[in-house]
Amino acid sequence: MRERRKTIEFVVDDTEVDAYEGESVLQAARRHGFTIPALCYVEGLSVWGACRLCVVELAEQHQLRPACAVTVEEDMEVITDSEAIRRHRRTVLELLFAEGNHVCAVCVSNGACELQDAAVAVGMDHVRFDYQAPVRTIDASHPKYVSDPNRCILCTRCVRVCDEIEGAHVWDIAGRGRGARLVAEMGKPWGEAMSCTWCGKCVATCPTGALFYQGRAVGEMRHEPDMVARLVAARRDHQWIAPGAHDE
Amino acid sequence: MATPIDLHEVAIRELETRSRYPWRIKACASTACQSAGAGPAYSAMEREISNSGQTQTVQLVPTGCMGLCSRGPLVRVLERGGDETMYQHVDAEIGSDIVKSHTGQRIPIQSNVLDHHGPFFAEQRRVVLANAGIIDPDRLESAVAHGAYLALEKAITTMTPDQVVEEVRASGLRGRGGAGYPTGTKWSLLAGAAGDQKYVIANGDEGDPGAYMDRTVMEDDPHRVIEGLAIAAYATGANRGYIYVRAEYPKAVERLDRAIRSARRNRLLGRRILETDFTFEIEVRIGAGAFVCGEETALMASIEGKRGMPKLRPPYPTERGLFGNPSMINNVETLANIPAIIDRGSEWFRSIGTEGSPGTKVFALAGKLENTGLIEVPMGISLRTIIDDMGGGVPSGGAFKAAQTGGPSGGCIPEQFLDTPVDYASLSELGSIMGSGGLIVMDDTVSMPEVARFFMEFCMDESCGKCVPCRAGTVQIHGLLDKICTGRGTAGDLALLEELCVVVRETSLCGLGQSAPNPVVSTLHYFRPEYEELLVDREAVDA
Repeated sequence: MRERRKTIEFVVDDTEVDAYEGESVLQAARRHGFTIPALCYVEGLSVWGACRLCVVELAEQHQLRPACAVTVEEDMEVITDSEAIRRHRRTVLELLFAEGNHVCAVCVSNGACELQDAAVAVGMDHVRFDYQAPVRTIDASHPKYVSDPNRCILCTRCVRVCDEIEGAHVWDIAGRGRGARLVAEMGKPWGEAMSCTWCGKCVATCPTGALFYQGRAVGEMRHEPDMVARLVAARRDHQWIAPGAHDE
Repeated sequence: MATPIDLHEVAIRELETRSRYPWRIKACASTACQSAGAGPAYSAMEREISNSGQTQTVQLVPTGCMGLCSRGPLVRVLERGGDETMYQHVDAEIGSDIVKSHTGQRIPIQSNVLDHHGPFFAEQRRVVLANAGIIDPDRLESAVAHGAYLALEKAITTMTPDQVVEEVRASGLRGRGGAGYPTGTKWSLLAGAAGDQKYVIANGDEGDPGAYMDRTVMEDDPHRVIEGLAIAAYATGANRGYIYVRAEYPKAVERLDRAIRSARRNRLLGRRILETDFTFEIEVRIGAGAFVCGEETALMASIEGKRGMPKLRPPYPTERGLFGNPSMINNVETLANIPAIIDRGSEWFRSIGTEGSPGTKVFALAGKLENTGLIEVPMGISLRTIIDDMGGGVPSGGAFKAAQTGGPSGGCIPEQFLDTPVDYASLSELGSIMGSGGLIVMDDTVSMPEVARFFMEFCMDESCGKCVPCRAGTVQIHGLLDKICTGRGTAGDLALLEELCVVVRETSLCGLGQSAPNPVVSTLHYFRPEYEELLVDREAVDA
């Protein structure tokens, strides 16, 4: 049986709550229903601490810290929401939207996107920065999945889940600064990456539409109106003509 | 196993050899003088000594940096029991003339004599660079003759590790890499950390544009770095050390490697150092030149063979560092102070510099100055003394505008603050930082928004790309600065720039991003009208 975990008391936005020992501020606060947006953090993976969206203020330090990376201490006072915090989160999101090519209207993840949700949550309704409009090539070489780096926010969830959970370490980051990018097997097309097990954990954890299933993108829907004629013919002649067979 | 070195005997032997020569010529072979042509000059002197039959009377020694790099190649001629003459701009021709005329006929070459009693030299206090320009960095004996490893011997044979830590703490030495963290505190954290395997690391990943303090220490006196690191290891209970040097410093790597080998041969490194129970090994690791690898967690990742990206702290390296073990990283210049502190005591060290910032600081003087080069000055000296007296001021025709300290993480200091003493607290009050020691002087032809753009471009290129504010924020700050510099910016852009600087500073993961806005913020603080004049809608600002 699991040992009962020790709890400690701390304060989130003037409310006294408890946390398990060793729990992060983000975990404990979320467990108690506080909403703190986060993009690189995902339960079950190592803490990366890079999106800086989960910043909270520690009352004693008067300093912004990522909630995912701060372990709860007894009587710690945390502020998860203030005008300053919201302003910082909005700016970070604006930077992300300006950095890639995020066009919700034609995105596979429209309506099911954590980046989009975060923008809605903090009220980021426009971007004040110049869009960088980078030129990035889509990798559709994998039979089952697609990587669209235009929508990648470099949260490294895929890198970590592939390394830490699947144990394949297909993904990593190459380049630095604005040139940083996700690469499969030291820069191969995903479809040629021999270490990929096709498990799909990276696709499952991707917060945006950067990794998705083949056939799901806008414009990939194929209709088949001539199927009706084939059905009718099959019933009449008791013979199934495969699509395109009479073209040969 | 090799017999341990008898430091005193080696020193005496070396000094005896030296005293056989009535003349000694020391020629700077450091990187700056090499690029000014020190190589051919050295060969010419060597040839002339042989041709004129002075091999028994003149000893030619290649040394490290003598400081006044803008006048290089530099050469010093020393007469036994007599005076010293310093020569500037020594090319092959002047070199052979020096041998022919000065050591041959006692007639100095007046045209190239440099006054080495001038303020550039007189205001200096050399502790870290005590042997630079004096010893032959490739010969252990030469370093030993000037006291190398005596402090290590003293520490491991007469002091307990706790006493060493206490001595360093009492000295008040602070990290010379820029942040100024108390070195003794860091040492006691590692000493107190649990674990059998601990590491000490020398940070030689000097990356600020125009700065070459650490390079000079590593190239010109590698044994001092090794000794400092060994003492750190003894004090903290570490048995392995790394010296992390950027690949752009091939000569430093070569000399450190050679120095480590000769130290090992002489039982100054390795098992049972100087026949004590202290065992310590050092390895040189070469960085690929990413600026971010100067940040301690990124540096450790790089040593581990991983991508050089900073990690979240805590845990701090002294708890969980290199390969998951307790580790400590000290800057090369910090470690180079250690032998002198152990040798001469913390009280002596405290007698130099100021109460809050004891000791000296090495600066790389660059920019619009008569004299540029490397200086080591006591803390608390005023910027004005450094710039006007030592640097000789802005060359005629120009007027001083600002001094930039701390490189891409620092700020610009205008004329009215030149009397500020150089110490950690005063510089940070002015919105700059001590930094690792880059000091760039700018005259009135320089546009401050362009200076800010230059440094921001550097940070943008050097951002590792891990956290969003630094990766994407520096790009946007650079874009806004570029807009303003090219006359396309608006008052709105300026406001956005200022807001973004705050976000990048407060939310970036590591020191690179947190300090990247400093050049913008400080130039905006002191030179705001220059920004406003460039705005498209400047009339609106005026109104």
